Amino acid sequence: MSAFVSVKHLTRIFDVSKPWLNRVIERRGKAFLTAVSDVDFEIEERTTYALVGESGSGKSTIGRMLVGLLKPTEGDVEIEGVNLAKESDVDRVAAVRSDIQMIFQDPFASLNPRWRVRDIIVEPVASKGGDTTGLAEKLLEQVGLHTSDAGKFPHEFSGGQRQRICIARALASEPRLIVCDEPTSALDVSVQAQVLNLMSDLKDDLGLTYLLITHDLTVVRHMADRIGVLYLGRLVEEAEPQSLFDDPKHPYTQMLLDAAPKMDGFGREIPPPQGEIPDPIDPPSGCAFHPRCPIAVDVCSKDRPELRKLGNRTVACHLAE
Amino acid sequence: MSEPVLSIRNLSVEIPTRHGVVKPVDGVSYDIGKGEILGVVGESGAGKSMAGNAVIGLLNQPAHISGGEIWLNGTRIDPLEGEAMRKLRGKDIGMIFQDPLTSLNPLLTVGDQLAETMQTHLPISRSDAMKRAVAALEEVGIPGAAERINSYPHEFSGGMRQRVVIALALCAEPSLVIADEPTTALDVSVQAQIISLLKRLCRERGTAVMLITHDMGVIAEAADRVAVMYAGRLAELGPVRNVLTKPNHPYTHGLMASTPLAAQGQRRLHQIPGAMPRLSLMPDGCAFHPRCPNAQEKCRHEPLPSIDGGRSACWFPILQEAAE
Repeated sequence: MSAFVSVKHLTRIFDVSKPWLNRVIERRGKAFLTAVSDVDFEIEERTTYALVGESGSGKSTIGRMLVGLLKPTEGDVEIEGVNLAKESDVDRVAAVRSDIQMIFQDPFASLNPRWRVRDIIVEPVASKGGDTTGLAEKLLEQVGLHTSDAGKFPHEFSGGQRQRICIARALASEPRLIVCDEPTSALDVSVQAQVLNLMSDLKDDLGLTYLLITHDLTVVRHMADRIGVLYLGRLVEEAEPQSLFDDPKHPYTQMLLDAAPKMDGFGREIPPPQGEIPDPIDPPSGCAFHPRCPIAVDVCSKDRPELRKLGNRTVACHLAE
Repeated sequence: MSEPVLSIRNLSVEIPTRHGVVKPVDGVSYDIGKGEILGVVGESGAGKSMAGNAVIGLLNQPAHISGGEIWLNGTRIDPLEGEAMRKLRGKDIGMIFQDPLTSLNPLLTVGDQLAETMQTHLPISRSDAMKRAVAALEEVGIPGAAERINSYPHEFSGGMRQRVVIALALCAEPSLVIADEPTTALDVSVQAQIISLLKRLCRERGTAVMLITHDMGVIAEAADRVAVMYAGRLAELGPVRNVLTKPNHPYTHGLMASTPLAAQGQRRLHQIPGAMPRLSLMPDGCAFHPRCPNAQEKCRHEPLPSIDGGRSACWFPILQEAAE
């Protein structure tokens, strides 16, 4: 039996060429942006897998391919052993589809302002013709809101409450996998704590599996069972939180952890990281991180390091040991 | 302590609405000394940006200062209006906003913008201003400053843009810089660069900084003192190390405990029950009492004790021995 979610050689390339006429006049070729490149990982059932990375690292693109909002250019996503992009049996696809839900970053943009909360929450079930009697009320209680909130509109709620509504909607079709794309980035710290606790509780009670996409290392450390670090569309390191945070092997992970503000870092003076994420349309040769890497050697600019096993983790660096 | 650069005394901001007058800032007092970085933290709606905007006279109508005084270098500036205030902005007070793209003019090169600001506030010629603009860009760490002086804002990355904004805020050598969430829109590695740049420049020039942010980690690393705001009022004020490690106010304590960083190894995060009250439905007494674990009868009715002299505005502070 393979893992619950299995991602193999996943690649997504976007065509970012200028319009045809501009290309002719300016004598330019087509331009392609490789947002995700050859990414492999597996998620075990009832665990939380976290993808971390800075903007442009491709973490959201992976999430979108997992739920089927984008088609992979190459590679496969298998959920419960079914490849959603290639499976021909409609019933099997539909069965797996209803097991996947998504929670988005901005709770202000992801709820229809003209719909009542009840209609928003039961939509995943109603659209498939299921029975929705009392469903919204039950879910609202489950996420810590009041049953009388079902008749209200989204604007009557605060950011944290709206994110709870989003979670209730995601739970409506009784999914087994929820893809959470920056679920707490738009929330204040104290509200974030409430939402994260709710997510942990629901995971235990309902046996959920999460793919958590975020840039916030503190959230990752608290929530994840396994972490994948992305840089410019590639996985550079994958490990369990304890070993990743205590002893990061990839220089990029080390840089990311050093740069994150520390609660006890009073007046900390560290040399800040060098440079910025390079242009993904024209990535550096070899290891994409080598222009910013403090320990880069000749081989780094020539050969791209493959992911290799190192104890209980994988890392893509020539020099890591 | 010598004369503070900025001194806010009992500042209140009011907004008249259809449902009555609301007070997003209510009786806030703090000082910032020369070369000091004061962190102002709080959750959204706490009034931290509103207080900053009041200082530079950028309150949007109908919001207005309804009480209190603002002193800058020994001059009272809250009654200033129009032209007098405009001269002050940029010259004496620099401003850094959250989104570097919207705070730069997309139609002017960064050199033009820097030169224009300097010529407005300093008696120098255009060519001198351009020379100083290059120096300013070099100082904030933009590689190839002499060539990039003629670039437009869209040709820079987010982190580079924020560096341009910092150069712009500092180019007329103000005595106070107000940085409103300067790194919130940036990635972690760029955030670290910007924070260290801001710290270095302000230390070198002795500029006072009001650093407004919701990120406790940024405060811990950058600020000398910290002011914690809740529902428009000051909850706690003190040296950053004391406030963050030994908070006196139950709100600060809850806030610190609810960050995932503080919960290492714990299964659940600490939760503060409820949410910040709406400005129109402010409870009597202490605004935090409905969420406070230590609330007593006194908290519900009596107005808050003043923070003067003490560290926190609370009747029953969590008494802890101060860290050294």
